[in-house]
Amino acid sequence: MNSRSPLGSALGHGSAGSGTGHWWGQRLSAVALVPLTLWFAVSLLGLPGLDYYTVSAWAAAPLHAILLVLLVIALVYHSALGTQVIAEDYIHTPGSRIVVLALLRFAHIALAAAGVFSVFLIATRAGA
Amino acid sequence: MSQPSRPLSPHLQVYRWQVSNTLSILHRMTGVALSVGALALVGWLLALAAGQGSFLQFSDLFRGFVGQFLLLGWSFAFFYHLCNGIRHLAWDIDRGFDKHFARKSGLFVVAVAVLLTLVFWGVALAGGAA
Repeated sequence: MNSRSPLGSALGHGSAGSGTGHWWGQRLSAVALVPLTLWFAVSLLGLPGLDYYTVSAWAAAPLHAILLVLLVIALVYHSALGTQVIAEDYIHTPGSRIVVLALLRFAHIALAAAGVFSVFLIATRAGA
Repeated sequence: MSQPSRPLSPHLQVYRWQVSNTLSILHRMTGVALSVGALALVGWLLALAAGQGSFLQFSDLFRGFVGQFLLLGWSFAFFYHLCNGIRHLAWDIDRGFDKHFARKSGLFVVAVAVLLTLVFWGVALAGGAA
């Protein structure tokens, strides 16, 4: 969905240099996180225990594994966008701002990769 | 850039403390806390993927006083950020933006977040899951 005004589309990206992409991504991931996080919280409460076998069997079920992957992606994406704004707001030195923004981006991508790959391992191992 | 001494957004020092800005700052603080929580969530999944020994070690980190305190903090941060996030989404579609209503909805959101945190822990402790 393009939420830019016709004039905005014609002129480019606005003063921030990135248009409405960041804002819109933050809203979409927020909306996605409402059901995903509530599902996760309620699921944990519903488990008979949080021991290795119970959690493994639960996380390895295909539907749960897919939802866990979606949760990790939406959560990490939302976190990346949110912490980026905070860094942009409070770090005023251009040099350290760029370094922090780059580190935040790297850390979030690594986090998403680790989370998704872990769920894949859990699902394939217990399914065998 | 030749304007080094201009105040930069969001210059916190010029605000008088009130419900709106306190909750706005709390939204950011809980957001940062939840980003650290995301780290713990992925750590939990990694430990689960690595096997029983790692999972046991990781779970043990959250059994002590500090660990339980962290979980309590994250659960409140989650419920607050969730409820206040929905409040923000309502603002985005131009609902509830009136000053007096926004103050009330802010206090309501805090109350609901505290309530949900208590319910969550009540159920968790009753079920023995924590």
